Amino acid sequence: MASEQNEQSKPTGVTTATSSSPWWVEHPIASLAARRAAMGVVTLFVVSIVIFLATEVLPGNAAYAVLGHTATPQRLKALENQLHLNRGLLDQYWVWLSGLFTGKLGNSLANGDPVWGQVAPRLVNSSVLVFAAGIIGSVLGVVLGAVAALRKDGWYDHISSVISLAVTSLPEFVIAIALIILLATVVSHVLPAVSLIPPGTYAWSQPKLLILPVATLVLVIVPYILRMMRAAMIEALESDYVEMARLKGVPEWRVVLVHALPNAIAPTIQVIGLNYLYLAGGIVIVEDVFNFPGIGQGLVNAVNDRDIPVIQLIVVILAAFYVFMNILTDVIALLATPRRRIAR
Amino acid sequence: MQARPPKTSNRFQWLHTLGAAARTRRGVIGLGLTTLVVLVAVIGPLVEPYPSTSFETIPFATPSGQFLLGGDILGRDVLSRVLDGGWLLLVMAVAATAFSILIGGAAGISAAYLRGKTDGIIMRTVDVILAFPSLVFALLLVSIIGPKTWLIILAVGIVQAPPVARVLRSATLDISERDYVKAVELQGVRPAKVMRSEILPNLISPLMVETGLRVTYAIVIMAGLAFLGFGQPPPAANWGYMIQENRIGLSSNPWGVVAPAILIALLTIGTNTFTDAIARVAIGVDRRPEEAALIDDLKVGAPA
Amino acid sequence: MSSNDTAVSGTDARSEAARVRLETRDLRIELSSSGVDVVSDVSFAVRAGEVLGLVGESGSGKTTVALALLGHARRGLKISGGQINLDGKDILALKSSELRALRGAKVAYVPQDPSAALNPTLRIGLQLREAISSHPGAVTDIDARIREVLKDARLDASTGILKRYPHQLSGGQQQRVALAMAFSCRPSLIVLDEPTTGLDVSTQRHVLETVRALCRSYGVAAVYVSHDLAVVGGLVSEVAVMYSGRIIELGTTEQVFSSPVHPYTRGLLAAVPSPDRSEILTGMEGQPPRPGRRPKGCSFAPRCSYAIETCTTLTPEPVMLDRRLVRCLRAGEIGQGTPRRQGILAAATMDHGATLLELRGVSASYGRNPVLHGVDLSVAPESCTAVVGESGSGKTTLARCIVGLHSNWTGEMRFDGNELARGTRPRQKDLLKRIQYIFQNPYTSLNPRKTIGQIISQPLEHFFNMSAGERATRVAGVLDDVSLGGDFLNRYPDQLSGGERQRVAIARAIVVEPDLLVCDEVTSALDVSVQAVIVELLRRLQKERHLSMIFITHNLALVRSIARSAIVLSEGRLVEAGPVEQVLENPQDPYTIRLIRDVPKLASSHLGAQVALGSA
Repeated sequence: MASEQNEQSKPTGVTTATSSSPWWVEHPIASLAARRAAMGVVTLFVVSIVIFLATEVLPGNAAYAVLGHTATPQRLKALENQLHLNRGLLDQYWVWLSGLFTGKLGNSLANGDPVWGQVAPRLVNSSVLVFAAGIIGSVLGVVLGAVAALRKDGWYDHISSVISLAVTSLPEFVIAIALIILLATVVSHVLPAVSLIPPGTYAWSQPKLLILPVATLVLVIVPYILRMMRAAMIEALESDYVEMARLKGVPEWRVVLVHALPNAIAPTIQVIGLNYLYLAGGIVIVEDVFNFPGIGQGLVNAVNDRDIPVIQLIVVILAAFYVFMNILTDVIALLATPRRRIAR
Repeated sequence: MQARPPKTSNRFQWLHTLGAAARTRRGVIGLGLTTLVVLVAVIGPLVEPYPSTSFETIPFATPSGQFLLGGDILGRDVLSRVLDGGWLLLVMAVAATAFSILIGGAAGISAAYLRGKTDGIIMRTVDVILAFPSLVFALLLVSIIGPKTWLIILAVGIVQAPPVARVLRSATLDISERDYVKAVELQGVRPAKVMRSEILPNLISPLMVETGLRVTYAIVIMAGLAFLGFGQPPPAANWGYMIQENRIGLSSNPWGVVAPAILIALLTIGTNTFTDAIARVAIGVDRRPEEAALIDDLKVGAPA
Repeated sequence: MSSNDTAVSGTDARSEAARVRLETRDLRIELSSSGVDVVSDVSFAVRAGEVLGLVGESGSGKTTVALALLGHARRGLKISGGQINLDGKDILALKSSELRALRGAKVAYVPQDPSAALNPTLRIGLQLREAISSHPGAVTDIDARIREVLKDARLDASTGILKRYPHQLSGGQQQRVALAMAFSCRPSLIVLDEPTTGLDVSTQRHVLETVRALCRSYGVAAVYVSHDLAVVGGLVSEVAVMYSGRIIELGTTEQVFSSPVHPYTRGLLAAVPSPDRSEILTGMEGQPPRPGRRPKGCSFAPRCSYAIETCTTLTPEPVMLDRRLVRCLRAGEIGQGTPRRQGILAAATMDHGATLLELRGVSASYGRNPVLHGVDLSVAPESCTAVVGESGSGKTTLARCIVGLHSNWTGEMRFDGNELARGTRPRQKDLLKRIQYIFQNPYTSLNPRKTIGQIISQPLEHFFNMSAGERATRVAGVLDDVSLGGDFLNRYPDQLSGGERQRVAIARAIVVEPDLLVCDEVTSALDVSVQAVIVELLRRLQKERHLSMIFITHNLALVRSIARSAIVLSEGRLVEAGPVEQVLENPQDPYTIRLIRDVPKLASSHLGAQVALGSA
């Protein structure tokens, strides 16, 4: 969510390069990316331990969790073997961790299919959903926010601020249900209410099925980006350098596009990055509402079936996405800020 | 005796801010909507016309004089279920928020004031928690232990603590560098006292705004969990789960979906709008602390 | 006020032939929300090649007027009346597209803070180029012109400066870029808004020389806005003094500075410290009315010692007096003043050899960054020592080492015979009590959530075991000592002016009855009239309470009014030390010599004779 501001953007996060350091430490972007990547690897490592411990160790063991009250000693034994539960804890973790890299994660407990083969097509579908919503939402948010800033205190600004305040408050499933009622059931039937994608085909093959889920996610993220862009743009428009540009007779379009926009975009990039992360969580509910075959729906199904290998893999994928997006966002924001990018 | 009345009174500043926020237009709307939904949720169980779990009519019966909002998927009275399905959500959201503000606040303030290793450990922990999308973290716990009320409160409290910690950490970092704090430190006053008497009073505004935001998002996450079927186990009435179970009957009796959806929407819009009013009064601009922090970062600019 | 231009025209024979470039008539600027005027009846004229100084303290409306000369009003303000004629054409009557074409081409602006006014995301070359390319036809060969203006502004184009971003330049270079930008289209009028604030003295002098040379060689008219009378005195031919949104005195620099008429101008001049003489500074009590909250009658009446009853009811119209304009009802009666100031009797230097604080070879660093190198300092009991230096000289670090805010230092510090530990933690409570520190900025040194009473009694609670009654008595007494009444007890800092806040900070320091007071640039955030009041307050307290004092400042002129001995720091090294007279009049170190040469002062031709009389 937008409130999760990026720690790395703090001035204190930038270390002073010393003359004795290798080139990649002296180059601010390379140095930042390297440091963030190292921290990201550590974070991911800890995350993998947390996931592993949570799913395998917490109450009794996973096998019992899966079988629940139907557990008989024989079935437990068989399952324990399948999940390598008969080995030591460290061993189990090692088997699982190496499986993450080799793709050998064993089979789903729910249907016996290989875990990776089951998750991969879902991952593709979800990526389409996240990036389509992310790109459309970012462009819309930036444009609408910039316009609100330019029309500050006008009627457009007031209306967009009230609407975005209301929409940021709403849970995704309420937005989704509202869209279904308006466009797919009660009020009109212009769009399909569910996105059942035939097996073996991918989400982009039937764009119509994508419209409602993408629209829901766009509605979810646009208000955050809009608010941030508006605030950053107002800050830029009221700055000394914009006043100076106007006072030296620079045409207004150029003041906005060349002087204000580049300065407003850097903090907005960070919020856009956060919203991609938010989308990664938001797909869980949206995919459930629209029956969209992505990893979000996969996770809900897996939780219902207590399909532990699938749960583990999906959560790791989401965490890796978080770490990767964080690094990417920081690097892009740094590129947009010469003051932090180039030493004096 | 005073030329101008003080804008803020020291001890009751937060009450004063609340009062001032409640008098703005957004404050009136936000507080009004919140109060309305809270009243429905609290008084509802006392006035429901039928027991919320008994089968009274045919599935997805259309509204009638007898069943004002019609029937649900199993033929239970929608109105009764709506009246009964909110109070637990509210209690859980408030409890989770209290948890995240306490834990997150303490973590953020001590990370900023103690710096060094404490700061490092706290902020890395925050990073790890943030790597889980908030709903996913709760799902993970629920999948292991089962949909227990205390577990959902705990899970939502934990996932909401990191943003609180971050906001309060940056606010504390800022304040502890101010000259008025240095002036007291110069006298050799103990750190605990400095924090309590000099820093904490200046953190009230971000704390209030964060509390408002966390209440809103706690409701959103918990309703989402219930919608996915990980709330209280059936047959108990729950606004989130009502939307899930009744949506196949949307074309026959939309009220089973629409009524709880509207209540959830009014509640979160209410709390968020009131939070906005607080932010405007307490911070002065229509900008949340975290947004201001992002902008300021780039204004200050770090020398490479 | 149509008599204005004729009033001005006779003043300078040399400019008689030059034509009037800028003529402002009855300019009025108001709050767009309420329609209350913040600037009104502003009229003046500037001829080609001349510089008009627009002088005033914070809140006087000088920057608002400066921006209006480009047809610009900041958010919340609007230009609601009057004319601004540039080469005979009223720019307030222009359409916005015409106004845009005019800005930068015919009127150019040099901002106060170039580090904020240059766009941080754009390269210098682009920003210079667009100043020219936004006005097609103004210049034929843009590249040649850029090289030319860079040279005019004494910047070297070959150093790749055009490819740099603003943060890669020094403050002086940034201001030169802004100057180059302003002159690039050969405008008729240049508006300079405190362009040297924040620069060190020598850079300031170079920039001022550049401004002067450029105005002369391009034959432009210039309006120079400043709060610093000394800077203006050396640069401009005419001065307009602003107070609360109106020009209260307008005449040649010579007239206004050597024989001011308006009581405010007199007060202002009496408050300006001089590096040449040790004098008692006279500040003005009170503060100017906030914009839009002017009292009835003369705005200055509440602070004016000449005020009579009519002053509070009748708004004064400008009157012509000895070829200058004065906005004072009693202008004719009170006559011309002489900025007379009482000299400080060179009290017998109490050189009885005792020292309260002794520093030997103190070096300090921030991280691996050394900022102080082997500084020695000794402070005698009951005397004031000044520490003088420009920004980056390490003077504030020195102060912070002494009081314990900075602990990364080596060397030796002894206070009253005892070793001073690094940082506050290892120091005895009694020692912490005996050394008190006053921060530079009174806007950040008071907790906004506490009342003045709570702020002042806090150290009493910490250091003494006193009953609430005793504390209240002490707090009331000390408030009285700093000339704040008991009704301040329950106020919050944001209800106080800067000067009042600094008095509270002083009260907090002296309430525990310390032996040594460390004052770190305590007047740099204040207006000159308030500065004088604070300096006099500190001097009185030092004497009455037998305090030792370390007075840290970048302002050489102030030193003379308060300190008996001084040290000069440059880049962390001690370059000069001795009695104040010796340091200021007979400096030995080349740095000190240059510093004293470059410090702007009210020329002795303006003040000399009269002040000499006054200090006799």
